[in-house]
Amino acid sequence: MPGRRRPDLLPLAPWLTLAVLLLPVGAGLAGVIAPAFGWFPALGGVTVSLAPWRALLDWPGLPDAVWLSLVTGLGATAVSLAVTVMICAAWQGTRAFAVIERALSPLLSVPHAAAAFGLAFLIAPSGWIARGLSPWATGWAQPPDILITQDPLGLSLMAGLVVKEVPFLLLMTLAALGQVPARRSVLLAQTMGYGRMAGWILTVFPRLYAQIRLPVYAVLAYSCSVIDVALILGPTRPSTLAVQVLDWLSDPDLSLRFQAAAGAVLQLGLILAVLAIWRLGEHLVARAGCACIRRGHRMARDGVMRAMAMGLALVMALAVGLGILGLAVWSVAGFWTFPDVLPDQFTWRNWARQGDGLARIAVETAVIGAVATGISLALTVACLEAEYRHGLRPSTRALWLLYLPLIVPQATFLIGLQTLAIGTGWTGARGAVIAAHVIFVLPYVFLSLSDPWRAWDARQGLVAASLGAGAERILWRVRLPMLLRPVLVAAAVGFAVSVGQYLPTLLIGMGRVSTLTTEAVALSSGGDRRLIGVYALSQTVMPLVGFALALALPALLYRNRRGVLDRG
Amino acid sequence: MTEGLELDHLTITLDGRRLVDLHETVAPGEVLSVMGPSGSGKSTLLSVLIGRPDPGFDVGGRVRLEGRDLSGLGPEARRIGLLFQDDLLFPHLSVGENLAFALPASVKGRAARAARIAAALEAAELSGFAGRDPATLSGGQRARVALMRCLLSAPRALLLDEPFSRLDADLRRQMREFVFGRVRAEGIPAILVTHDLEDALAAGGKVISPLGEVRQTGGPA
Repeated sequence: MPGRRRPDLLPLAPWLTLAVLLLPVGAGLAGVIAPAFGWFPALGGVTVSLAPWRALLDWPGLPDAVWLSLVTGLGATAVSLAVTVMICAAWQGTRAFAVIERALSPLLSVPHAAAAFGLAFLIAPSGWIARGLSPWATGWAQPPDILITQDPLGLSLMAGLVVKEVPFLLLMTLAALGQVPARRSVLLAQTMGYGRMAGWILTVFPRLYAQIRLPVYAVLAYSCSVIDVALILGPTRPSTLAVQVLDWLSDPDLSLRFQAAAGAVLQLGLILAVLAIWRLGEHLVARAGCACIRRGHRMARDGVMRAMAMGLALVMALAVGLGILGLAVWSVAGFWTFPDVLPDQFTWRNWARQGDGLARIAVETAVIGAVATGISLALTVACLEAEYRHGLRPSTRALWLLYLPLIVPQATFLIGLQTLAIGTGWTGARGAVIAAHVIFVLPYVFLSLSDPWRAWDARQGLVAASLGAGAERILWRVRLPMLLRPVLVAAAVGFAVSVGQYLPTLLIGMGRVSTLTTEAVALSSGGDRRLIGVYALSQTVMPLVGFALALALPALLYRNRRGVLDRG
Repeated sequence: MTEGLELDHLTITLDGRRLVDLHETVAPGEVLSVMGPSGSGKSTLLSVLIGRPDPGFDVGGRVRLEGRDLSGLGPEARRIGLLFQDDLLFPHLSVGENLAFALPASVKGRAARAARIAAALEAAELSGFAGRDPATLSGGQRARVALMRCLLSAPRALLLDEPFSRLDADLRRQMREFVFGRVRAEGIPAILVTHDLEDALAAGGKVISPLGEVRQTGGPA
C-alpha cells in the first residue's frame, strides 16, 4: 500500500497474540478457582469455604476416577511416544518412512471424536472385527455380551488416544529432525556395529527429545483430561475425572457447580502431578539409556523389532482408516444383521432424513472454523512479520507460552471461562464460541507456519527492497505468494483443530451453538450407529476438504511456476 | 555535487576488531573490487552499504551517493541495486513479471511498460521470454534476467556480491563481459565483492582489501 502513512501497529502483534492466548487461560483459572472455594455470587456463594471440596471428597467414585485419569493419561502418552520412537528408529531415512510421512496429514486431519467412533465400530462386540471372525472362528451368531469399548480399565480409551497421538508426535518429530544430524549419527553408530534402532535411540533420540518435549507434555495433558474420546470409548461409573466434572456441570441442580469447580481445580492438580511423574520418568529413562551405553551392547539384531514397528504403524493407520470406512458404511446402511460383514441393503435415507439440520450444522461448523482460522492466521503472520522486520528473536519462554493453552487442561479453564461468560452475559453467541476456538487454533497455526516462514530466504526480501519495494509490498507481493502452500497448510491445520473442538463449543456455546462434533458426541449415548455414522463422517470430511484445497490450490495456481513448490 | 558512490572514512568494527576501513570514491561507470578471504568483513560491508547492518557491528563514517547521505535509509530508499551469486528471481512470477516488479511505477501505461520490459529482454538476448517460468531457464539466462531486473529499477549504484561464483568457466567469462559492459553503458558506479582475483581483475577497476590496502590500481575505465 504505497504512499499511505499510518501508525505502525506491527510491533504490538506479539503482545496482542500473547493476550489472546494467556488472558483467557488466566481468567478461566480465576473463574474456576473462586467457585471451587465457594465464591459464586450469581449462585449465592458469597463466602469463602471448603464446602465444595468436602462435597468432592465425599463422592465415593473419586479415587477410581482420579486413578483412571492418571493411568489413561500416562499410559496413552507412554505408548504413543514409544510407538513413535520405534517407527522413527526403525525406518527413518528409508523409502518406507516416506510413505508413512505421506499418510500423516490425512491421519492428523481426522477429528479425535470421529477416530474414536470409528475405532468403536471396529472393536465393539458387534463391530467389524467380530463380524469378520464370526461365526467361523468364534461361533458367535449373536454379538457376544462382553464389554470391549468402555471397558473399566480404560484400555479402549487409551487405544483411541494412541491412534491419534502417534501421528501428531510423528509430525513433531519430523519437524525436529531437521535440527539433528540424524542420518550421519545413525550411520556412525552402525559403523561401530550398533543396530539401526539402537543407533537411533542412543544417538538421535536424546537430542531430539529436547525438541519435542513440549508437544509430549501437550499430549500428556490432553490424554489425561480429554472429554469427547472418553465419552465415546471411556468407562462409565466411574468415568474419568474430567467427564465426571462435566457431568456435574450439566446437572440441573446448580449447587453441583461448586463441586464441579473443585473437581476442575483437582484436574489441574492432577495434570501437574502427572507432569511431575513424567519428568521423573524422563530422568529414569535417561539413566537407563546411559547405563546401556556404558555397557556397550550393540543390539545389532533388530530385524524383528523393525518389522514390529512397521506392523504397529500399519495397525494404527488401519485402525483409523477402517474406522472411517466403517462410519461411511454405517451411514448408508439399511438392515444389517450380525455376523454379516456388509449390510443387506444400502440406502441414502440416513442422510436424507438429516437433510436440512445437517446442512445447517455443517455451515455453522465451517463458519466458526473459517473465522477462527482467519483470525489465528492474521495474528500469526503479524507476529512472524514483526519478528522479521524488527529483528526479534523468539525465546524458549515464548514457546512455552504458546503451549500453555494446550497444557492447562481445557476442562479446567474453560469451565472458569464459562462461569465468567455467564456473569457477563456473553454466552451462547457464535462470536464467543469463535473466540474460544481461537485460543486452541492459534497455537497450532503458529507452530505450523513459523518454521517455513523463518526458513524463507531473506535475501529475496533484500533483493525486492533494493528494487525499491517497501515492507508491505514485499510481504504481499513476494513473501506471502512464495509461502502460499505453507500458509494454506497452516490454515487447513487450524481449520481441522477448530472442527474437532468439543468442549469449547459445548461450554461457551451453552448448547445453543452446535457443530458437527458436538452433535456427533451427543449422539454417542443414544447408540444409533447410522446417525453417528452420518455425523462423524461429515465431521471427518470437512477438515479433509481443507487439506485437499491447501494442496490443490497452490499446485493449480503455480502449475507453470516450478520453482515455488520445489522450495516450499 | 560529488558524482558517484562515496565511502567517506567508512569503518566497521566488531568487538574492537576493525573489519572494514575504506575511504574511496567510485566514479560513474567504474567498478571498485573489494577482495578478501571469507570472514574478512566483505559481507558486513555489503550489509552496511545496502542499509541492513547486522546488529552488534559498530559503523563509523558516511556513505554518499551522488552527494546524498544514505545514513538511516533502508534498502528500499537507497537506490542501490543488488546482485547475489544466486539469481534470486521470484519463483512465483514469470520472467516478465519479475522485470515488471522492478520497473518503477513512474513508468506508466501498459504499452510503455511492456516496451521497456521487451527492450530489457532483448538487451539480454532473451527476446520473447517474458511469459516463461524462471525455473525453466538455464543458469546463464537466469543470471542475465537477474541483472536486467536490477537495472530496470533504475539504480544509481550497483553492488555485486560474488555474482559469478556459481557459474562455470565459460559462462563466467560471458557474464563478466555482460555485467561490466552494462555497468559502463549505464554509467553507474559499482562495487564488486569477491574472493576471486580473476573476477576482480576482469572488472578493470581498483582492487582493494576491506581494510583499504590497494592490491591493484585501476586503469582508465
